[in-house]
Amino acid sequence: MLPHMNAAYAFARYLARDPAAAEDIVQDAYLNALRGFDGWRGESAKAWLLTIVRNCYLASVVVARPDLSAEDVHAVGDAPTPEDILIRRHDAALVRQEIGRLSEPFREVLVLRELEELSYKEIAAIVATPIGTVMSRLARARQMLGDRLKVAEQGVGGEA
Amino acid sequence: MSACPDKLLLVHGLVDGELDAANAVATEAHVAGCEGCRAEYERILALRGVIADAGAGYEAPAALAQRIEAMLAREGALAPSAPAAAPRRRGIAGHVLDARWWTGAAAGLAAGLAVMVWLPRPAPTTGTDALVSSHLRALLPGHELDVVSSDRHTVKPWFAGRIDFAPPAPDLSADGFPLAGGRLDFVEDRKVAALVYRRRLHVINVFVGRADETAPRGTETVSKDGYNIVRWRSGDLDFSAVSDLNRKELEQFRALFIQRAAG
Repeated sequence: MLPHMNAAYAFARYLARDPAAAEDIVQDAYLNALRGFDGWRGESAKAWLLTIVRNCYLASVVVARPDLSAEDVHAVGDAPTPEDILIRRHDAALVRQEIGRLSEPFREVLVLRELEELSYKEIAAIVATPIGTVMSRLARARQMLGDRLKVAEQGVGGEA
Repeated sequence: MSACPDKLLLVHGLVDGELDAANAVATEAHVAGCEGCRAEYERILALRGVIADAGAGYEAPAALAQRIEAMLAREGALAPSAPAAAPRRRGIAGHVLDARWWTGAAAGLAAGLAVMVWLPRPAPTTGTDALVSSHLRALLPGHELDVVSSDRHTVKPWFAGRIDFAPPAPDLSADGFPLAGGRLDFVEDRKVAALVYRRRLHVINVFVGRADETAPRGTETVSKDGYNIVRWRSGDLDFSAVSDLNRKELEQFRALFIQRAAG
């Protein structure tokens, strides 16, 4: 497995909200990385690759893919899971679904922070946005997601 | 009860470990005394826990990985991991990417954050570059050791018949540098013995080769891409210790190595 491929795929998947589109995006991203289309400015390899993933996603949106519909919670990307993971599967599906429902500016910041664990600075560079904007989007994204998950869980999480 | 509007971002920053010391202290104090902000703080932690527990990430499908690896191989960027591989024909783009990945990968390894299972072949290099790249290559899973043993009486004889000199393999475990094993390696197409020692979580590769008369005599310490390299010569053998360990400890390692090897 290439370095950061899971990170690239997960980010692409959350951006595109479609497994097939995510695969195309990741493949494009590695090709662009290889050909040096996107200049590397000294950030970590992961942050650099995710920047390219995002650029490829934006390019794919411009091209538009009428044949692809969003929202396919399971399917292609899900590797066979051991039993102990199966138990949590419902949670994963729910969390994925609710993250997917966030609008793009909030979704990407949340995914980069919570799943990819990048710093504010790295996120700001990737989404080409001032760091203050990243912070307010992240706070907003967490609020929205927290609200929705709490509603969806119907008290499972108790009061927060 | 909701968080104070002017503190909201600071509370998030606190959870994310993004605040400087002064702001962190001030925000912690505020959170401790403000019910609304404390609720927000706990809510963020709870949400982070839910996301982490759910395993909401996605794994790249194996077929995609294979497709991309095949694509990269076609483009000439993927190198065989065998150290003895012949130089490959490389496009300029492959070369550029190489350097980029290389630096990124080195940083990742240095930080101990990334488990690299793929690294591009480094550009043809000399001297320190070659040593660092051999060191990095050795960190790839399955490449570190041919003979796994902390016993010098196992490691040292292993090289007999595999290489035409006998590298010393002193036991430095009492000094906090346990021997992990050895392997054969190539540095600039020269066959060398590589001894692997550890220091806490750091790996030290000691490359031992026949002394090259054109090489500088005496000891030297250089840094390259965050790696320290200590070189010395003993008898007709050249030694190069490469590690992300700090310079002081690596020089200490050299002194101990020389001392124990002689004794």
